[in-house]
Amino acid sequence: MPLNEEQIERYSRHILLQQVGGKGQEKILNARILIIGAGGLGSPAAYYLAAAGVGTLGIVDSDNVELSNLQRQVLHFTPDVDRPKVISAEEKLKSLNPDVTVKTYNSRVTAENITGLIKDYDFIIEATDNFTAKFLINDACVFNGKPFSQAGVLRFMGQTMTHLPGSACYRCVFDSPPPRGSVPTCSEAGVLGPIPGTIGCIQATEALKYFLGTGQLLTNRILMMDTLSMEFTTVDINRNPDCPICGENPSILELKEYEQPVCQVEGTEETKQR
Amino acid sequence: MRVIINGKEEYIDKERLTVSELLKEKKVEMPETVSVQLNSSFVRRNDFNSTFIKENDKVDFLYFMGGGG
Ligand SMILES: [Zn+2]
Repeated sequence: MPLNEEQIERYSRHILLQQVGGKGQEKILNARILIIGAGGLGSPAAYYLAAAGVGTLGIVDSDNVELSNLQRQVLHFTPDVDRPKVISAEEKLKSLNPDVTVKTYNSRVTAENITGLIKDYDFIIEATDNFTAKFLINDACVFNGKPFSQAGVLRFMGQTMTHLPGSACYRCVFDSPPPRGSVPTCSEAGVLGPIPGTIGCIQATEALKYFLGTGQLLTNRILMMDTLSMEFTTVDINRNPDCPICGENPSILELKEYEQPVCQVEGTEETKQR
Repeated sequence: MRVIINGKEEYIDKERLTVSELLKEKKVEMPETVSVQLNSSFVRRNDFNSTFIKENDKVDFLYFMGGGG
């Protein structure tokens, strides 16, 4: 469908870009992206993808907004505390850009539901806060040939990689969740608010580049950001022949949730899966 | 000896050391949470003690990061 006049104006700064133009903007308007997690990473990703005019944005999250979320989860405002995150997110995104169809899933991802959730989307953004979900999303995307952006943050650091069918996956780098309690979480160790903000924006950029077919994605590479030294490093990674899901002798043949609560502090926001 | 760690040139005051020893040398606290690439191939965790780093090797430390919510 050709762009109408309002769209030409709304997206004019995109259309000016040689790599986007009217054709590229139409691709964005037809894109279907699922964001799993409407928190620190998911907030900026969702805002920029909605602003960019992504046709269908799915948002998965089972949590209600908590006061301690607001320091970084910019989709949610003070009056949203105790409201479902997906509802809070939907309101902001629709108000930002009525062109976007927002679909909400007030649920956590499970081995049972994830295949159905990702099925109708062309690109997945992994924006969760726990290893169980991170590994499950990797496995489901690898099994179903879905491109996705993976990310993690902690303290003043963040990292992200993009997977396309055939490229190195998260398990090529990390074969299984770390021992329980060995990796500190944001609720234990903290995170500077703009860190997930920055990484979530990079995830949105990767998604848009994917639909535009332009530039080099973060495939077979990990971007590592340390904001204390303010250094961004990319490390090339190769597909790992020992990878338990995409290697030569895969041991993972079906979807399963690998229980590894990211946090040992019971009863805090981070113990729950988003 | 000279090694390239995460793209940066570093000098280690040793002639020969294993991946485990390099992790200790670099004060990596929880080696069980780090993935290591040596010259672009992942080193199996069980081989950290028996895999040696040589002059001019390229080593990458990759850390788990679980946050994002
Ligand atoms: Zn893999």
